[in-house]
Amino acid sequence: MAVQKLTIAKALNDSLRKALEEDPKVLIMGEDVGKLGGVFRITDGLQKDFGEERVIDTPLAESGIVGTAIGLALRGYRPVVEIQFDGFVFPAYDQIVTQLAKMHARSLGKIKMPVVIRIPYAGGIGAVEHHSESPETLFAHVPGLKVVSPSNASDAYWMLQQAILSDDPVIFFEPKRRYWDKGEVDVEAIPDALHASRVARAGTDITLAAYGPMVKVCLEAAAAAAEEGKSVEVLDLRSMSPVDFDGIQASVEKTRRLVVVHEAPVFLGVGSEIAARITERCFYHLEAPVLRVGGYHAPYPPARLEDEYLPGLDRVLDAVDRSLAY
Amino acid sequence: MTVESTAARKPRRSGTKRPAGAASAAKPAAATAKTHDAEPQLVQLLTPEGVRVDVAENPDVAEFAPFVADITTDDLRGLYRDMVMTRRFDGEATALQRQGELGLWASLLGQEAAQIGSGRALRDDDYVFPTYREHGVAWCRGVDPTNLLGMFRGVNHGGWDPTTNNFHLYTIVIGSQTLHATGYAMGVAKDGADSAVIAYFGDGASSQGDVAEAFTFSAVYNSPVVFFCQNNQWAISEPTERQMRVPLYQRAQGFGFPGVRVDGNDVLACLAVTRWALERARRGEGPTLVEAFTYRMGAHTTSDDPTKYRRDEETAAWEAKDPILRLKAHLLATGGADEAYFAELEVESEALGKRVREVVRSMPDPDTMAIFENVYADGHALVDEERAQFAAYLASFEGGE
Repeated sequence: MAVQKLTIAKALNDSLRKALEEDPKVLIMGEDVGKLGGVFRITDGLQKDFGEERVIDTPLAESGIVGTAIGLALRGYRPVVEIQFDGFVFPAYDQIVTQLAKMHARSLGKIKMPVVIRIPYAGGIGAVEHHSESPETLFAHVPGLKVVSPSNASDAYWMLQQAILSDDPVIFFEPKRRYWDKGEVDVEAIPDALHASRVARAGTDITLAAYGPMVKVCLEAAAAAAEEGKSVEVLDLRSMSPVDFDGIQASVEKTRRLVVVHEAPVFLGVGSEIAARITERCFYHLEAPVLRVGGYHAPYPPARLEDEYLPGLDRVLDAVDRSLAY
Repeated sequence: MTVESTAARKPRRSGTKRPAGAASAAKPAAATAKTHDAEPQLVQLLTPEGVRVDVAENPDVAEFAPFVADITTDDLRGLYRDMVMTRRFDGEATALQRQGELGLWASLLGQEAAQIGSGRALRDDDYVFPTYREHGVAWCRGVDPTNLLGMFRGVNHGGWDPTTNNFHLYTIVIGSQTLHATGYAMGVAKDGADSAVIAYFGDGASSQGDVAEAFTFSAVYNSPVVFFCQNNQWAISEPTERQMRVPLYQRAQGFGFPGVRVDGNDVLACLAVTRWALERARRGEGPTLVEAFTYRMGAHTTSDDPTKYRRDEETAAWEAKDPILRLKAHLLATGGADEAYFAELEVESEALGKRVREVVRSMPDPDTMAIFENVYADGHALVDEERAQFAAYLASFEGGE
């Protein structure tokens, strides 16, 4: 059957399986991705079916994982790398930023870098330090990288395959607290373009733009606002580099109000860039300044405080009210 | 000269593959130097005076000497020519930097033997991952030396197609390329090919985590990679004492593969040891660390001043070990070449210098819009937008003022 109801985790697993089946050059690499199937089981069963040469358990060395993936890509492979948790990507940040991102440009286009780096990210699972961060801005800021994040099972399935097919390096952020959310996946569908935004809920009074784990919060906020007679449009950005500014602009020209929501700190975040660009593009359409809801300029707090730190329904609705009050 | 090795090759998947741990059976006698302060024990086949080392009297080199048993007088002249041409090219580039034609230059002066010896050990299907100083290796790979100058002049970040000569782009970040080499070698093994990979780096880079991770990965996956460290004694102004407390080649032992220290100013020994290491890789015996003990006679780059951080006596002591002079002495002493040959080579190297000068000075600046080229393989909306904005901005000047 073409349409299946899957968790995001299973959709990612199916997507990896399909990629491994379709292209013998695709490799999975990372810590514990083999027998264990990854700490979130995203690679569950893949080593059993595709062998240790294709699903590779690596030493515990993130720079080594990404650096060797670059070498494998130079040899013609398409490595899909798993970084176990968001906060663990930084030992590999040098290789990603100074090497992976620039190889195509500095070779004048001779070298392609089809490397996908999967990172379970963001908070909400009660984890310890370094296990709940949202570093997407740090990657979106780097020319040469593409940065995406699915919010639902269908996108998880399709966007991962599109990322693997891309000849550019893609940082693929997986919203770990949504891994067990179920959704319909049509494995025979023609998917949206990888970097296109998607209207997750249509509305006319205000646009909420979000990605990854915050899309669900925004949909809940839109439902709550609807009970108060407010028509909220929710835009799932899906891609942080490039950002689909045309899609946001189209929505804002309709609703005339925009609130950008993400878990990452607000300061210099994806929301800042969107606020600036949409102000440039839609100055005469806007009825209110673009508002941002997100994390604070503080280290991600201990788990007992994360509910206060993370944007929830009330904070999003508060921003909606503030925008509508202009 | 030939780059084929004397040792028989076996398929990588022949079943004769030894486990990584067993590789220590090939541990060279040279790996017996006792302390860091002791006179380093080197694999040496040609003394600083240009005399061939008697293998019978020096069992330490017996394992490696057979790897250059096929080298003829013609081959020796070829190695000599390579070193002379490389030095001439390097000298010209240094001069061009002083004249303002290059923004920076990283000279290889003094390291010609390490680079030519190792570079000539390679087969065409081997793959090289250099730092930014491997001008001699590039020469061996057939990369036009003028192509090396683009990044130093500031017209590009590379300047050659790495796949044409299996010579990767120069890597500036210290040690990063050792991981690329390891990953590439993992791919070679997956492909079942019997080619090998060589990663160049310096003594300073050996302090980098990436180099340690490359050692770990290559050992764990038994990858066909040779780590060729040119220990030129100085990492900009930092001496090796600031990088390590035990001789560098001994580090390999802790990772489970052999390390060997070779006289980096002896082109013959560098050739032999690199061939030996490459053969191990081809046979599926995994990585090797070669420490070429040499000396950077000039500055780290044209930006630093070595007189601030090292003694003249030290430099003078190394001058006596000059790699080119020792092979010249050998060729003269054995009748392998006469003064006419050297004079002829002088003319040829001057012609190279002239060509380099002319090419650099006529190197065009890249097109302005090249800023936006090849940022992404599949395109990117933001780049497209900014390209269009910049083009419109440039166009706004037309007919203006």
